[in-house]
Amino acid sequence: MIDFIQMIISGIAVGSSYALMALAMVLIYKASEVPNFAQGEMALLPVFIAFMIIYSYGYSVFAAFFGALVFALVLGCCLEFAIVRRAKNSNVLGLIIITIGLEMILLGFVSWKFGADERVMPSFPISSYDSVMFGDFYITTIDLLTLIVALVIMISLFLFFRFSKFGVAMKATQQNETAARLMGIRTNRVKMVTWGISGTVGSVAGLLIAPVIMDPYMMWDPMLKGFAGAVVGGMTSLPGAVFGAYIVGIVEHLFGGYVSMDFKAVVAFAVIVIVLCVKPSGLFARHYVKKV
Amino acid sequence: MKRDYYGDVKLFSSGVTLFWFAALIIFLLLYPFLFENYYVYMANYIAINIIVVVGLNLLVGYTGQISLGHAGFFAIGAYGTIVLMTLASFPFLLALICAGLIAAGFGFLLGLPALRLEGPYLAIATLGFGLTLTTVIGRIDMLGGRQGLHAPDLVIMGHHLTTDRQFYYLAMIITVLLVIIARNITKTKVGRAFVAIRDAHIAAETMGVNLVLYKTLAFALSAFYAGVAGGLFAFVLRFIEPELFGFFLSIFFLTMAVAGGLGTVMGPIAGAILLSFLDLELRNILNIPYVGDWLRQLSTSHFSLTGVSNIQFIVFGTILILIMLFEPLGLYGLWIRMKKYWKTWPF
Repeated sequence: MIDFIQMIISGIAVGSSYALMALAMVLIYKASEVPNFAQGEMALLPVFIAFMIIYSYGYSVFAAFFGALVFALVLGCCLEFAIVRRAKNSNVLGLIIITIGLEMILLGFVSWKFGADERVMPSFPISSYDSVMFGDFYITTIDLLTLIVALVIMISLFLFFRFSKFGVAMKATQQNETAARLMGIRTNRVKMVTWGISGTVGSVAGLLIAPVIMDPYMMWDPMLKGFAGAVVGGMTSLPGAVFGAYIVGIVEHLFGGYVSMDFKAVVAFAVIVIVLCVKPSGLFARHYVKKV
Repeated sequence: MKRDYYGDVKLFSSGVTLFWFAALIIFLLLYPFLFENYYVYMANYIAINIIVVVGLNLLVGYTGQISLGHAGFFAIGAYGTIVLMTLASFPFLLALICAGLIAAGFGFLLGLPALRLEGPYLAIATLGFGLTLTTVIGRIDMLGGRQGLHAPDLVIMGHHLTTDRQFYYLAMIITVLLVIIARNITKTKVGRAFVAIRDAHIAAETMGVNLVLYKTLAFALSAFYAGVAGGLFAFVLRFIEPELFGFFLSIFFLTMAVAGGLGTVMGPIAGAILLSFLDLELRNILNIPYVGDWLRQLSTSHFSLTGVSNIQFIVFGTILILIMLFEPLGLYGLWIRMKKYWKTWPF
């Protein structure tokens, strides 16, 4: 029983970074209707920017992380403005291919600049081996930090969408773009900023993963698992995405603990295929029926 | 000029196409005598990619279903062929076809959930399917596990094929055959059903197209092509390991199809030729004259020299984005534009 609860705790901890990636993907999916395969790499580049700020210019970790998040915001806005917006007439496949292209460019750039070696985030205050005990259970400090940060971000996103004018404008744009534009919302700008916010949320996940593992492929797995979680939750629902991501994290850990460590990495996909067979639009989305 | 149905389904629409086809066949026959060994190896590599991409195009271009998991079928073909030859001692061609059929079976399985999915849901399902296949294959001891497998001797009707030149003719015959088959499929009832599903699946269903049958058939057919190509690939490399069949391979296949032009027969072939060539050349990017020296300088001063091969990703990504932004029909679209320009010149 203690093992079981411990596994669930670890699953929730891992699920937090998946949840951040899932949130980021859902934000973009709702704005531009494309699963953003570049999400991981949009977080990867800011992580290495933070690394460079600390390593080459000697600033403190907090300054570097802040700089990286600002960079992520700008990067997201720029990508939408310069590339995604220009492909207005594309279908879903076309947009998916564009994000795959973005992903390849960013990945190629980072691994050209920094090589494929594993790096260590310099002067990060928490070691990846520290852990905190709660009675019989432990959680590593960095996981605890991730969990808290993820909760903070979820709550602030909720408040943002509920109470701020811009958040409401974003919701309006996602629900009905034409109507939103007729109401005087600059939908193009809203979409651009959505990409920026999504990039920032993803980068938070990246920065929290970086102290544990840091190489050009580090965001690959969290991105796919976040995507899987978002799909389980229904791709259009923010709470659904978070819930789905935690499910993926927990199932993964339980499977790793009880069945087989070898296939832990792929069990998430088996879960989503099963979920999608039963509910083709995920657990939380209303099934969308196209009008003929 | 297409005047009737038979004119439309004819393999060669005019004497001119027949002439160019004959010229192409003669060129392919003479190719090993004209070029050195490395280019023959390259031709084999390109031929394999052409098979996969033509199959993928049947699924993505004609039926409109996205697949990010074709590396999985490719892996099934490669492992299936080798295992059938070594453990069950099948002859090569039989093993190749059986491996293709096994891949087709898995394609059918993937086609079942795909019946209800579209867009991002289908993308993640196929992606997960491909990753799962590769991971599972990599953990089975009988299949060599992480160490990989060596290809056995290749014997066809008593002839040992050991060099790239000997293998070349086998690869080319299979490729030309499969391409012609694919081209003919697109002109039959099946091909028209695929296109109908792509354009409007609800309308297609009301017109009596059996969605269950044709969608799964598209997946199975496409997987069969990938499986056969995988079987040939195993003998080009002579050694296979699970790392070869990762997600980026699936993306690479999709890139080739998109770059060439989805939904056409010749486009993906052109895309496969161009991008496979780029792929092999960019692996040794520092040896390219002029550009290589400049890149070496740039890398040592601003970037890292160890990561210089990753420029490949940048090039492919840029190609994908540029094509999607400016010419969604890819190389085929460019060709059409050029033709139109010359035909109507000076207007």
